Amino acid sequence: MLKESIKMALENIISNKMRSFLTMLGIIIGVGSVIALITIVSGATSTVTDQVASMGANTVTIQVQGTPLKHGLTQGDVNKIAELSNIEGIAPTISGQTTVAFDGNSMDEISLQGKNDVYFENTEDVISAGRIINPIDTENKSRVALIGNDIANELYVGENPIGQEIKIGGITYQVIGILQESDSFAQANTNKAVMIPYTTAMGVVGAKYINSLTVYVADEAQADTTTRQIEGVLTKAFNGDDDGYSIVNMQSILETIEEMTSILSMMLGGIASISLVVGGIGIMNMMLVSVTERTSEIGLRKALGAEPKQIQLQFLIESVVLCLIGGIIGFGLGVILAWVVANLIGTSFALTASTVLLAIGFSAVIGVVFGFMPARKASRLNPIDALRSI
Amino acid sequence: MPEKILEMKNLVKTYRMGDEEQVVLKGIDLEINRGDFLSVLGPSGSGKSTLMNIIGCLDVPTSGSYYLSGERIEDLPETVLSHIRNREIGFIFQQFQLLPRLSAQKNVELPLIYAGVPEKERQLRSADILKRVGLAEKMKNRPNQLSGGQQQRVAIARALVTEPTILLADEPTGALDQQTGHQIMELFKELYQEGKTIVMITHDADVAKNGSRIVRIVDGNLSEGVYNA
Ligand SMILES: Nc1ncnc2c1ncn2[C@@H]1O[C@H](COP(=O)(O)OP(=O)(O)OP(=O)(O)O)[C@@H](O)[C@H]1O
Ligand SMILES: [Mg+2]
Repeated sequence: MLKESIKMALENIISNKMRSFLTMLGIIIGVGSVIALITIVSGATSTVTDQVASMGANTVTIQVQGTPLKHGLTQGDVNKIAELSNIEGIAPTISGQTTVAFDGNSMDEISLQGKNDVYFENTEDVISAGRIINPIDTENKSRVALIGNDIANELYVGENPIGQEIKIGGITYQVIGILQESDSFAQANTNKAVMIPYTTAMGVVGAKYINSLTVYVADEAQADTTTRQIEGVLTKAFNGDDDGYSIVNMQSILETIEEMTSILSMMLGGIASISLVVGGIGIMNMMLVSVTERTSEIGLRKALGAEPKQIQLQFLIESVVLCLIGGIIGFGLGVILAWVVANLIGTSFALTASTVLLAIGFSAVIGVVFGFMPARKASRLNPIDALRSI
Repeated sequence: MPEKILEMKNLVKTYRMGDEEQVVLKGIDLEINRGDFLSVLGPSGSGKSTLMNIIGCLDVPTSGSYYLSGERIEDLPETVLSHIRNREIGFIFQQFQLLPRLSAQKNVELPLIYAGVPEKERQLRSADILKRVGLAEKMKNRPNQLSGGQQQRVAIARALVTEPTILLADEPTGALDQQTGHQIMELFKELYQEGKTIVMITHDADVAKNGSRIVRIVDGNLSEGVYNA
């Protein structure tokens, strides 16, 4: 019976190709836009969160502006933060400008960055060759340096810079590695930068203050508490002035992004669902027309012994099949649209099983909901009146 | 001893139109035995179709009793009535009532679908019966590829395929020319010879003569026997 009903539904849809297609259009557009929006937004979300997470989901970053009395943080302040619980490591940064020279050639407007081993352990792909700054370098205030790609190319033409000397701000260092080439749009371009141990920057170069800190927390779930404790230490360090620094908890940023995009995705999905409802009304309209047109067929089927339930099922299946075909076409178009958009704006494109189920489930539900009333109307037709209506 | 398969006693059907009540069937007594070929003859508006709807369990009487195969037909749920129709009645309509999208064979299979007969068996039975009405060559044709007479043969095959208790025909020749109508009547007579029970409704006295029994219905009253032209 079910097989027959599906067959009959398909026959009927095919015999009314144009009308079926126009009716399906609503579902196609509805499902297509819901799927496209959800896929685009979730792709964009995962791209953004991946980017943010790649900066470290367990990090709390502190930018120090300083106060008129104290221009930055001291090693002592950093030690106090290190004593807090839930701290895995601290990566201080000292930044400044300098000149570099080798073999009579020099380059200026070079960014000098004092870092420690913690930074390198927690950051991927910092160097393209050589070795990173290790704890012993930090401990010993070693005069070692990592140099940017442009510096390596300009000062050491045709030579391997690693193991060679370099003069940074007039002091001689040994080159231990080359920084990864960053593309020109990267926010932190290190092509014209040198990195040395921050302890060297403080002890040898004479920097007094640390300009920024990245704190790595052990347990991300406790990041909020730890952030508040760090704020306490910092406020005390600046004598109660909390304008001297800004602190950003990456975990809470991630949460905010995820929250916002899920709201966005629900809102857009909701708006697109309106078109699904409109599509559903189109289906209902076509089914009602179909019931009226086929009144005598319904009467005949009843005379031949069809139960009201069977008539209802037949029309319900017809509307579900109609919606499912529309849903599948809409799904295909939505996916293609999402793929094109993802490629255009450069976000990731991923199709989840739940999206597929959503599309199919949605169209089936619409078929049932909007097919129910016409199907019931068909099942309740009086066979005598129905047979007479020829 | 003939087997009684249909019995009506003092059957009344009234239609209510607003405040007005119209008595369309005014106390009908009728018995049909297995193997009868009964013609119901009457002028337009006399209540023929109303009677046929009740015989065919498409409608139920207002009062009086109606027994079909020993079962009392009254205000039963639609589902039960549809089962009785499927089992007991083979309808033949004036306008054939074939589904235009289906082949002759598929049309014949329809009542078997609702009887829950599996597909293989449906195909065999429908093919057999189409052969019986002389349409072995036309099984795959759609109704619009068939003549009126052939279409009515398909409809007759559809009525026969479930092996119903009664073949119920309402003006079966009404939409056919005289010669084709005559051929259909020949087929009816053959079926009668085979022992089928037929109830045929007509307003045409010549057509009615084909039956083994004739009843007249005039203004809702049924009278057996004598036929006076
Ligand atoms: N559903 C209905 N509601 C009200 N009156 C009805 C209904 N069906 C039939 N009638 C009335 O019952 C009477 C008999 O109708 P019926 O259709 O049985 O006549 P008939 O003998 O079949 O006529 P014809 O030969 O023209 O088909 C008519 O007067 C008709 O108006
Ligand atoms: Mg009539």
